[in-house]
Amino acid sequence: MGIVQHLPKFIKQWPGGGLAIASIDMVMNYSRKSSLWPMTFGLACCAIEMMAANASRYDFDRFGIIPRPSPRQSDVMIVAGTVCTKMAPFVVKLYHQMPEPRYVLAMGSCAISGGIFYHGSYSVVKGVDKIIPVDIYIPGCPPRPEALFEGFMKLQEKIMNESIANPELKLVPENPDLGPHYAIEEYVEPLSSENNAGDAK
Amino acid sequence: MLTQYSFIAVFGIVAFSFVIIGLALVAIFAPSNPYPLKRSTYECGAEAVGSSWIQYNVRYYMFTLLFIVFDVETVFFFPWARIYKSLASFGIPVFYGFIEGFVFMLILILGLIYAWRKGILEWV
Repeated sequence: MGIVQHLPKFIKQWPGGGLAIASIDMVMNYSRKSSLWPMTFGLACCAIEMMAANASRYDFDRFGIIPRPSPRQSDVMIVAGTVCTKMAPFVVKLYHQMPEPRYVLAMGSCAISGGIFYHGSYSVVKGVDKIIPVDIYIPGCPPRPEALFEGFMKLQEKIMNESIANPELKLVPENPDLGPHYAIEEYVEPLSSENNAGDAK
Repeated sequence: MLTQYSFIAVFGIVAFSFVIIGLALVAIFAPSNPYPLKRSTYECGAEAVGSSWIQYNVRYYMFTLLFIVFDVETVFFFPWARIYKSLASFGIPVFYGFIEGFVFMLILILGLIYAWRKGILEWV
């Protein structure tokens, strides 16, 4: 199954195949960007802004963005808030459980770099890009809902530039450096490397 | 009578084709890349611990009884009330329908009386 990911191999051999792929890309990308269902990963105060963005005043629904409670139904993971090292394996596992194509928005300073916990904290992941591949970084502490909108718009621009012919390969970092106080076995054991098949589209 | 049942057949065909078309579209357009970690159980990230065969307090039995009494009553009384007036057009006396509904309600009211006697209607 997944006919569309095997299609470019055959279409490229035809005369004018590139044109056909570009047309398919446009339809695919347009439909993908028009219903980005986020998995809401509210971990700290950024989650309050994310809830405000989803509620009636800022109204994400008009962009076709409907929050989902399950990774199986979602396209985007909004990591909103501080990721503790205890939470890190769950973030990675839920990222793996999302269907492709999957995107990650790092919302707020803590998700980008650890934020105010960057210096001297023993329990915070210094940036969620240490454990999962991140597409868009939204700065702010916390970012306003307008900033979250802009992050989604940037993601939509990014999706419009994608192609099924050469999908972007996103690799989940194995054995990330999560600080001296964290046993790496605790992190690696549930996500053993044979399970980590990387990302494909 | 047979034409009325054909509606059910139409419903069945539409429902079946809805599922088939949905699955076919997914097979065409969705990239497929299953691997063990992706197919693992979704439990908010954390695996569930322990058995699901836990024991509930027996006192919940009385609340279940009350729920059944009122839930079943509501579910069956709505269609009954809907066709009550048109019973005569089916050649059934309206009074007969009333007796039937009353007997049904009486059976459930026995459960309510039992619950009442047990004193579970008085909670703080």
